[in-house]
Amino acid sequence: MTEATYKNILVDQDGAIGIVTLNRPKVLNALSHELMDELVAALEIFDRDDKIRVIILTGSERAFAAGADIGEMSDETTISIMQKDRFATWAKVAKIKKPIIAAVSGYALGGGCELMMSCDIIIASESAQIGQPEINIGVIPGAGGTQRLTRVVGKHKAMEMILTGRPMNAQEAFHYGLVVKVVPVELYLDEAKSLAREIAKKSPVALKMAKEAVLKTFDTSISEGLEFERKNFYMLFSSEDQKEGMKAFLEKRQPTFSGR
Amino acid sequence: MTEENILVIEKKGKVGIITLNRPDKLNAFNDELTFRLQDALKELEKDKEVRAIVITGSGRGFCAGQDLQSRSISQEVGERPSLGDSIRRRYNPIIAKLRRMEKPIIAAVNGVAAGAGASLAFACDYRIAGESVSFIQSFTKVGLVPDSGSTFLLPRLIGVTKAFELMLSAEKLPAAEALKLNLINKVCPDTDVMKEAMELADKLAAGPTKAFALTKRAINRAIFPDLEELLEYEANLQEIAGRSDDFAEGVKAFVEKRTPAYSGK
Repeated sequence: MTEATYKNILVDQDGAIGIVTLNRPKVLNALSHELMDELVAALEIFDRDDKIRVIILTGSERAFAAGADIGEMSDETTISIMQKDRFATWAKVAKIKKPIIAAVSGYALGGGCELMMSCDIIIASESAQIGQPEINIGVIPGAGGTQRLTRVVGKHKAMEMILTGRPMNAQEAFHYGLVVKVVPVELYLDEAKSLAREIAKKSPVALKMAKEAVLKTFDTSISEGLEFERKNFYMLFSSEDQKEGMKAFLEKRQPTFSGR
Repeated sequence: MTEENILVIEKKGKVGIITLNRPDKLNAFNDELTFRLQDALKELEKDKEVRAIVITGSGRGFCAGQDLQSRSISQEVGERPSLGDSIRRRYNPIIAKLRRMEKPIIAAVNGVAAGAGASLAFACDYRIAGESVSFIQSFTKVGLVPDSGSTFLLPRLIGVTKAFELMLSAEKLPAAEALKLNLINKVCPDTDVMKEAMELADKLAAGPTKAFALTKRAINRAIFPDLEELLEYEANLQEIAGRSDDFAEGVKAFVEKRTPAYSGK
């Protein structure tokens, strides 16, 4: 799949920042199978591209993504939906090694919320509405909602959201640590870009190791996690960036990281 | 009068005008009118040609607040109504929308503004009142808590000392005094209210709407950052008040046109 063939997303570069914009405005960016294939393809291309150091995933002012494409799913049976295993594609988003910042405005519901939570840092506009409303249509979150939301907001808030389907607003999401910053709607993408630019200045090798170590928290014990972290830390001492970073620190100047 | 025209929306140039139109009831809110006002505000919010809004009432009143004789309330009186739910569904969305609307809103207060009708005026950005107009925090008269934002809109507009006094006394605040308290922007002859409001609205509508909107956003952030939370809290308190013996007695006395005998419970 090449950029020219994307029908559901827009792809852009701003210096070392790769930007993927979900673009199905008529259906509030409902996450169809085709869209998810394109998204994963675009993310994997950015992940392999040495010029890109940070990725931003965003939607429109009205909707980051209002959910999975229900029309696509409504007639599935257990067997047919298992055979297609559509959420296997979703899992690939979490495998991207470079930092992904989600810039969220408007609706981030159901699959939109799950996709958002697969990213590493979330910036929200004041209009953001975030939730897992699957219960209202007789199902449950299927792309990580029950697991990721619970780990962020805690069992009781997650239960309330998932069992009632009620969304939270941006301020609540900030309160529960789901989003790191809330800004006026006109500025959410700028805010994400400014954060991305700051992160893009760091060593790409260290960024990858750091992201990997933080994510390790979610499926390991503390002792294994600490060991993993230590190994990643030691491993960085074989990088040029570690030498440059520490040298620059001692020489009281800004480092220039090569990514090697 | 048919149910269809209990609220009228007009557009004059860049100004959207909402007229509450139950003149025989001093434009008191029944269920229908609250929902119609919610819809009207949404409509004018979306309309890009509309860059300022005027809200007024037809006939002698601006808005007498909740219609205590409307079906929803009077039917429920016997079984102690859920006032909290009623406020959450009907009034709170109006107040939140008035404050969040990114266009200046002028209350052209042509006549009495009582209860939620006063709250409606308080939630607007400008208030222009006729000289014979009065504002009444009438809620406690029937054993209720001021709602629709009054408990925080009024103290933040005029200070807590006078606000609390007005709420507990439930006495009329004449326009001239309201002006002295900085509660309203202007007093004019009764017949000029709409003319004055339209002059102001035309001027505002020709202004830098985005800058006005951002200014309103900043003021909301500074003065009403907790708007939704406080509206929700008020609804809870009204729910409690609605279950009290005093409220039952208050409404009964109102309907029977006699002085209520409150027990304090």
